[in-house]
Amino acid sequence: MTSQRIVVTGIGATSPVGGDVPSTWAALLAGTSGARVLTEDWAEPLPVRIAARVAVEPLEVLDRVKARRLDRSGQFALIAALEAWADSGHTDTTVDPERLGVAIASGIGGVTTLLNNYDALRDKGPRRVSPLSIPMLMPNSPAANVGLALGAKAGVHTPVSACASGNEAIAHGIDMIRLNRADVVVVGGTEAAIHPLPLAAFAQMMALSKRNDDPERASRPWDIARDGFLLGEGAAVLVIESAEHAAARGATVYAEVAGAGITADSHDIAQPDPEGLGATRAIKIALSEAGLAPRDIHHINAHATSTPQGDIAECLAIVAALGGEIDHVVVTSTKSMTGHLLGGAGALESVATIMAIHDRVVPPTINLDNLDPAVKLDIATEQRTLPAGDLAALNNSFGFGGHNVAIAFRSA
Amino acid sequence: MASTEEIRSGLADIVNEVAGIPAEDVQLDKSFTDDLDVDSLSMVEVVVAAEESFNVKIPDDEVKNLKTVGDAVAFIETHQGEA
Repeated sequence: MTSQRIVVTGIGATSPVGGDVPSTWAALLAGTSGARVLTEDWAEPLPVRIAARVAVEPLEVLDRVKARRLDRSGQFALIAALEAWADSGHTDTTVDPERLGVAIASGIGGVTTLLNNYDALRDKGPRRVSPLSIPMLMPNSPAANVGLALGAKAGVHTPVSACASGNEAIAHGIDMIRLNRADVVVVGGTEAAIHPLPLAAFAQMMALSKRNDDPERASRPWDIARDGFLLGEGAAVLVIESAEHAAARGATVYAEVAGAGITADSHDIAQPDPEGLGATRAIKIALSEAGLAPRDIHHINAHATSTPQGDIAECLAIVAALGGEIDHVVVTSTKSMTGHLLGGAGALESVATIMAIHDRVVPPTINLDNLDPAVKLDIATEQRTLPAGDLAALNNSFGFGGHNVAIAFRSA
Repeated sequence: MASTEEIRSGLADIVNEVAGIPAEDVQLDKSFTDDLDVDSLSMVEVVVAAEESFNVKIPDDEVKNLKTVGDAVAFIETHQGEA
């Protein structure tokens, strides 16, 4: 295994605050919430009737026939991937298709396709189940469709680790390049789970905020009045490639993706380890793999979903992993604005992390009115500028099942 | 009962909805796979929608014989109203 440098040459996103990266990034810097009340009839009996839908519906962007053959999660992934691909400057001839890979994650897969076709089966019979159900609902569908759209013929993968999935896809892409299985990998995550079943199920776990009368204030990481996460949807994708490959084609580089740390808590299927020990190890491994010291880190985009327990466990992990060298680290949670994209979260927050070190500005954590006294970190409650010189940053993602994935980025 | 042209026109709208082929291209002599690029899964969608529209049952074994739009129109014309 070589430790060659790997760089980010393209980024794409469709999120609750913007239909692409420029609009998403501008909205995050402005502190814009993507949350709203769900007005569909099915939402009425639910205990949680708020979510953060994408700002731009996929049918406004995608060809109608292409869109109807994709689950909503696949539509998001394709939109984000096409933006990232165009942004990277790649064409049909800039990479050998057999050296082009894909790793696009999802936490839940094509859940709306599955459930809508179950409704069709129950109400109208088996003849009315779509022949496209399986290719649409399989969790690898977004990755496979992105691979088809870009002509990727190296490995096409779908890491699944709940809310850590997006970051795990990035880690997988790093491995593919370092193991010399690809020169370029299109990595990211997607989720489209705003449907009554996931909403009811997460609510039964006491995981969701019930602030139905004030959706834009529902996601409030580290605030003493936080009461759970806000379900979001969308996708984000990065084009990563070996620095050598990027340099040879004269590509513009956003940042270096310097290392990843993956660990498991082995503590509980749903609760995080209250001391954040697994998360601590993930951050330490990411730093070590990246060759970074704690004092090199200037910014962290935290997982911080706005749950009572998880937000604090992560703070403990950050302090422990950085050995207390936290005074110069500006921490934020963009989930305060986008809600929680589950399998898309790590990817979208990686885009935000990359943009933060690229533009040297950290987006705010909104709704942080009264900081939980257990939080010993410098949280950005308004836009914050990062210093000149070399910058490094971390993006954390943790998932049900005890999955912890930290990714380290460095300014190019 | 729908006429030949009414069936062709209704089928053209279905093929347009499922596969995005312009309805005016869906003519009797056109092959679903070779001319209209309707793949096997899309063909199943076309068949199910046609069954619904024309009150006809098109058995799975019959679908492979429906190579052209004309084949499908003729089958539907003969069997419409039987479902």
